[in-house]
Amino acid sequence: MENLEKEQIVQDLLPQEFGKQGKIWVACLVTLCLIGFAAYCHQLSKGLVVTAMRDYASWGIYISNFVFFVAISLVGSLITAVLRLTDVHWSTPLTRIAEIIAVSAITFASIIIVVDMGRPDRFYNLFLHGRLQSPIVWDVIVITTYFFISLLLLYFPLLPDLKIMLKYKERTSKWMYKLYTFLGSFWKDKPEQFSLSNKAINILSITIIPVAFSIHTVTSWLFATTYRPGWDSTNFGAYFISGAFLVGSGGVLVAMYVFRSHYKLQKYITYDHFDKMGKVVVMLALLYLYFNVNEFLVPAFKMKKPEEEHLKGLFTGEFAPIFWFAITTSMLLPILILIYKKGRRPFPAFIAGILVVIGSWFKRYIIVTPTLLHPFLPMRDVPANYHHYFPTWEEWAICIGSLAGALLVITFFARIFPIIPIHETITETEEHEHDKK
Amino acid sequence: MEMNEKSTSRREFLTAGLLAGGLAVVAGCSSKKSPFDPEAGDQVAASGEKVKLLSVDGEIIEVDKAFLKPVPDLPQVSNEAARIGIPGKKFAMVIDLSRCKSLKKCQTACNHMHHIHPGQNWIKVYPMQDAEHTSPYWQPTTCMHCDEPPCVKVCPVDATFKRQDGIVLIDSDRCIGCRFCMAACPYSTRVFNWEEPGLTKEIADKPYSCETSVPQKKGTVGKCDFCPDMVRKGSLPHCVSACPNGVFFFGDMLEDSVTNGSETFRFSDLIKDKAGYRLMEDLGTKPSVYYLPPVNRNFPFEKHDEEDSTENKSTSKS
Repeated sequence: MENLEKEQIVQDLLPQEFGKQGKIWVACLVTLCLIGFAAYCHQLSKGLVVTAMRDYASWGIYISNFVFFVAISLVGSLITAVLRLTDVHWSTPLTRIAEIIAVSAITFASIIIVVDMGRPDRFYNLFLHGRLQSPIVWDVIVITTYFFISLLLLYFPLLPDLKIMLKYKERTSKWMYKLYTFLGSFWKDKPEQFSLSNKAINILSITIIPVAFSIHTVTSWLFATTYRPGWDSTNFGAYFISGAFLVGSGGVLVAMYVFRSHYKLQKYITYDHFDKMGKVVVMLALLYLYFNVNEFLVPAFKMKKPEEEHLKGLFTGEFAPIFWFAITTSMLLPILILIYKKGRRPFPAFIAGILVVIGSWFKRYIIVTPTLLHPFLPMRDVPANYHHYFPTWEEWAICIGSLAGALLVITFFARIFPIIPIHETITETEEHEHDKK
Repeated sequence: MEMNEKSTSRREFLTAGLLAGGLAVVAGCSSKKSPFDPEAGDQVAASGEKVKLLSVDGEIIEVDKAFLKPVPDLPQVSNEAARIGIPGKKFAMVIDLSRCKSLKKCQTACNHMHHIHPGQNWIKVYPMQDAEHTSPYWQPTTCMHCDEPPCVKVCPVDATFKRQDGIVLIDSDRCIGCRFCMAACPYSTRVFNWEEPGLTKEIADKPYSCETSVPQKKGTVGKCDFCPDMVRKGSLPHCVSACPNGVFFFGDMLEDSVTNGSETFRFSDLIKDKAGYRLMEDLGTKPSVYYLPPVNRNFPFEKHDEEDSTENKSTSKS
C-alpha cells in the first residue's frame, strides 16, 4: 500500500454505481426474494402443512437455516472485536465486510425464525407472557442485543467515512447525500470525537465477545437442553461456536474475493490478506473438526441403544450422503486447499470459502433433522409420509429467498457505503509511511 | 385377606359417595323451588315408577322417577381456573400391559371426543420388543403428565403448563407454534396442527377450553389432556371408559385409588403387587402414568393385518 496518495485511496474506495453485472445480480436476488415472499404468503394462508415438516420431523430447514444465519453472523465479532483487541492490524480492510455480514445475517435469522412459527400472529406473546426459563426467550434477548451492538460497531467506524463522502457531493445521488447528512453530519473529525468514538468501539468490542458467544451457545442449547440422541451433548456450545467462526470466516473469504474483483480493490485486499485469512480458516476448520470428532466418536464408541440408530443413520444410513458431504466440503477439502501456500491465493481461497459455506449449510441440516427422525419410541400411528422429511418447494423458496435477502442487504450496503473503511486505510497508510521514515 | 376387606369397604364407600354426590347435585338444583313440589316449574305428574337413592344421612329413600331431573352439563371452567386445576387432587393413570391387545378403542374414542385431525393420534399403541429374545407386547401411551415436564420447561410463553393436580395442559389460544415442546418431549406424545383441523363450524366456533382441548387450532400443538372436563363431572377419561379390556386405570394418588370403571384398586397396592414402573425413568421426568408389566397376559401378542402396511420397525429403542 506504499505511495498511495490520500486522494487516490478515496477515489478507489468511494462506493460505485451498479454496472451491468451489478444490476443483473440485484435483479436475480430481488427475484429470489420475491419468490420466497410469495411462498411465505402461501404458507401463511394454508399453514405449515405446505412444508414437509410433520409431527416427528417437527423442525426442518427453516431451523437449520436459522442456525446457519446465527452461525455466520458470529464472524463480525471475530474479525472486528477479537482481532482488534489483540492488536492485529492486517484485518482492518476486512472489518466492515465482516460486520455487514453479521448485521444482515442476524436480521435474516430473526426473520426466518418467525417463518418457522405456527402462529406468527401471536409473536407478541413472547413479550406478554415470556418466561425466562425457556431457552427461546434467552435467544430472543441475546440476538436482539447482538443485533444492536453489531449495528453500532458498523456505524461508529463509518462516521469519519461519512464526512469524506459528504465532501464528494458529485459522486453521490441526492437521497444518498441526505442519508449521509442524516447519519453523519455531526461528525467534524475533532480529536475529542475520535477519542470518544475509539473508546465506544473498544467498549463494544469487549461486550460483543460474550454476547456473540451467548447467541450461538444459546442457539445450541435449543437442542442440547432436550433429551434426544444427537442433541443431548455437553459438547454442543463449543461445537456450535467453533463451527460458527468457521462458516463466518469462509463467508468473509468469499466476500473478499467478490468485492476485490468486482470493485478492483486489488491494492487494498491483497494476496497477503487471502494468505492470512486462509490460515485463519484452516485453523478454524481444524478446531471444528476436533469438536466433530468429540461429538461423534465418543457416543459411537459406546453405541448406547438410543444413540445407535441415530449414529448409524448418519454414518451409513439414509443421512450418510449428506453427512459425509457436509464433513468433506465444510472441513476436509478447505483444509486440503488452504494448507498449501498456493491454495491461499485469491481464487483457490475463494473456492475453499464457497465449499465452507455450502458444507456448513448442510451441516446444520444434519444437526437438526436426523435427530428428530430418531425418537426414543419408534415412529407409530402416523401417516406414512410422517416417517421422512424432504423439504417442499415452499421451504426451499423461502430459505433461498432469505439467503438472497441477506446478500441483497450486503450488496446495497456496499453500493451506499465504502465497503473498505476509507479513513482507517488512510491513517494506517500514513502510519506505515511514518514508520518507514 | 385384610387388604381385601379394606378394598371392598372402600369400594362401597366410593359408591355411596358418588350416589350422595349425585343426590347433592339434584338437591342443589332445587335451592329455590323444590323439584318435588308439583307446582314448581314444569308440571310433572308422578309416574308411579320409583327409584332408590341414598340420602345424605345414609338412608335409602325412594323417589318418583318423574321428579328426577337430569343434571345439566356443568358450565366449562374459565381458562384461569383451568390453569390452577382441581384442588386436593393428584391424578395418575395405570396402564396394565397384560390386558392390551391393541384394539385401539381408546384411540378411536379419544380422537372422536377431541376432534383430532384425521391421521394424527394423541394415544398411540406401540408394538414393543425390548430385545431380540424378549417377548413382544402392546404399549399404549398417553401424555405422561410428568411431574418434571420437559415441555413446560421449554415453552417460551407459558402456553403449556403444569397444574396443581398434576395435569399438563395446553392453552391453544396462547401457543405460538414454535414446537420446542415437541422436540423436548421424549415420549413423542405431542402433535401439531399443520393445517386447519377441519372441524364442523359448530365445534370450530366454540371458545377454546384448556380442559376439553377443543377446538384444536391451526398452528398450535395438541396432546392428551387426561380429560379434566370428564374428571370434573365425576366421569373417567374417554380412553379409560372406551377400553373393553380394562387396560386403563385412572384415579387420584392422594385418595390412593384407581379405577377402570369396573374394578377399583388401591393405587399403592396395585403398583406394589404388580411391580408397576414408569417409562424412561432415567430421564428424571417423573411421569404420572404407571405401567404394569405384560405378565400373565389375557391375550397373546398378535400383529393385526392393518399394521405393517404403514408402520415400520417394531423394536423399541429404550
